[in-house]
Amino acid sequence: MATAPAFNTLQLSRPLPLDCGQELAGVEIAFETYGELAADKSNAILICHALTGDQYVASEHPVTGKPGWWERTVGPGKPIDTDRFHVICANVIGSCMGSTGPASIADDGAPYAMRFPVLTIRDMVRGLVGLLDELGIDQLHTVVGGSMGGMQALSLAANFPERAARVLAIATTARHSAQNIAFHEVGRQAIMADPNWRGGNYYGDEKTPDAGLSVARMAAHITYLSEAGLTDKFGRRLQDRDAKSFGFDADFQVESYLRYQGSGFTQRFDANSYLYITRAMDYFDLAEEHGGKLADAFAGHGRDSGARFCVISFDTDWLYPTAESRHIVHALNAAGAPVSFVELSAPYGHDSFLLDVPALDRVIEGFLR
Amino acid sequence: MSMLRPDLAAIARNVAPGSRVLDIGCADGTLLSHLREHNQVDARGMEIKPELVERCVARGLSVVQGDADRDLSEYPDKAFDYTILSQTLQTAERPDRMLDQLLRVGREAFVSFPNFAQWRTRTALMFGGRMPVTRALPVSWYETDNIHHVTIADFRELIAKMDVEIEGCWFFSGERAISGIGANWRAEFAVFKLSRND
Repeated sequence: MATAPAFNTLQLSRPLPLDCGQELAGVEIAFETYGELAADKSNAILICHALTGDQYVASEHPVTGKPGWWERTVGPGKPIDTDRFHVICANVIGSCMGSTGPASIADDGAPYAMRFPVLTIRDMVRGLVGLLDELGIDQLHTVVGGSMGGMQALSLAANFPERAARVLAIATTARHSAQNIAFHEVGRQAIMADPNWRGGNYYGDEKTPDAGLSVARMAAHITYLSEAGLTDKFGRRLQDRDAKSFGFDADFQVESYLRYQGSGFTQRFDANSYLYITRAMDYFDLAEEHGGKLADAFAGHGRDSGARFCVISFDTDWLYPTAESRHIVHALNAAGAPVSFVELSAPYGHDSFLLDVPALDRVIEGFLR
Repeated sequence: MSMLRPDLAAIARNVAPGSRVLDIGCADGTLLSHLREHNQVDARGMEIKPELVERCVARGLSVVQGDADRDLSEYPDKAFDYTILSQTLQTAERPDRMLDQLLRVGREAFVSFPNFAQWRTRTALMFGGRMPVTRALPVSWYETDNIHHVTIADFRELIAKMDVEIEGCWFFSGERAISGIGANWRAEFAVFKLSRND
């Protein structure tokens, strides 16, 4: 990762209890806000980011200089309208954009690296709720998230039912499947097999495990797209050449694209954070946390109290397919919670939630109305 | 009330205030919105078409995209005071099983359907010799969703066989409510309110 930019951070005044049994003291949360907070604080929307996302949801990324990751959805006059809402987006703990994570300095003056405690999605949510406490926001208008952000939104609803009046969970799941875990394990093994990883103690070194992290990103990136999407975009087309090279350069456009995605990613992401966050996702099983029954996770959301839910899936998402969303919806129905669910048609696979899907805009805008 | 289709208006008049309602095949949520506003119900819906679910969500309704033939089984027993199935029974894969589900999920069920034995349909078939296309059944046989045409007499017979009680029934010709006398000949649409002792 390049030199750290200046982040807007806030230190939590209380130590954070973690699912692993440890406590994390002096936790820093880096966050961005957009739009004015109403005097009665009733218009706050918390956006939870995905695995490799960050707090720059609707503003330029300080490392890459690219626009915010959800600028098509968040901003003035957009579906999540910052003229109306006060949008908060925070970097999750364990990540590497200013919030406390494995690259942070431990008490002994050295980076935690692999001494950082293994986190869960619920721990990340505890961090976010800690931030809301510091900001004096008792109840969110809505908590929103796609992918891992959706897991956080569901976890917040389950563990802090009074903290959000609406819950919008997009392209997500209530548990990581064997296939989900398997893909993550490939990524982790790629990082740990990189000789520059050195047990995670590469901070301050000239050489960092970029090759491993890059491969991890490449493997994961495939799971975010659909086969039809890849075929449309690349097919079997060759990259800057007229014939196959009979070698192992990136002959095909799709290879070149993945390599570019992988190497670009290493500029902005910390390999150890990737290990920790994928682990948290793999550990995620909302039912397991609540006695094995998902409906019990939502027991705080009956008919007469609790949040309204909206669950959205995409027909080409094979990472968290519609069946996973239906599973969540059935549990919410069993708990008596008010829930809407829609499966949208979009060609882009899991990444559809980040891309141009007008129906998604309409559902988000309608649900927040 | 004037905004609602007559069968829906009959249902709305007979839904107790403050009750829990599941409208199956709720389309754009017209009935649910009405019930929420006028009957203060806890309004939930199921609808198969995503673009209609979208419109329901924009109305602030809680509507789940789902297939009534398959997804009703996911709701707990007696989760609702009323289940509503308007103009959808004749499209079900197995109307008898759908009625079972309606009365499992709801304490009472409203069911409305076009009556295939109305005189217009009968005469169209009798004299035309073809599958009737009438104002109540405006779509040709090859493109209609109605795979189980039903008459009021057929419906009553099924209900009796299923040990289901009829709590009320209403009949319509066009926009007009008509009496139950000769309903199987005269009515274009019927609405039944059902319950089952179990």
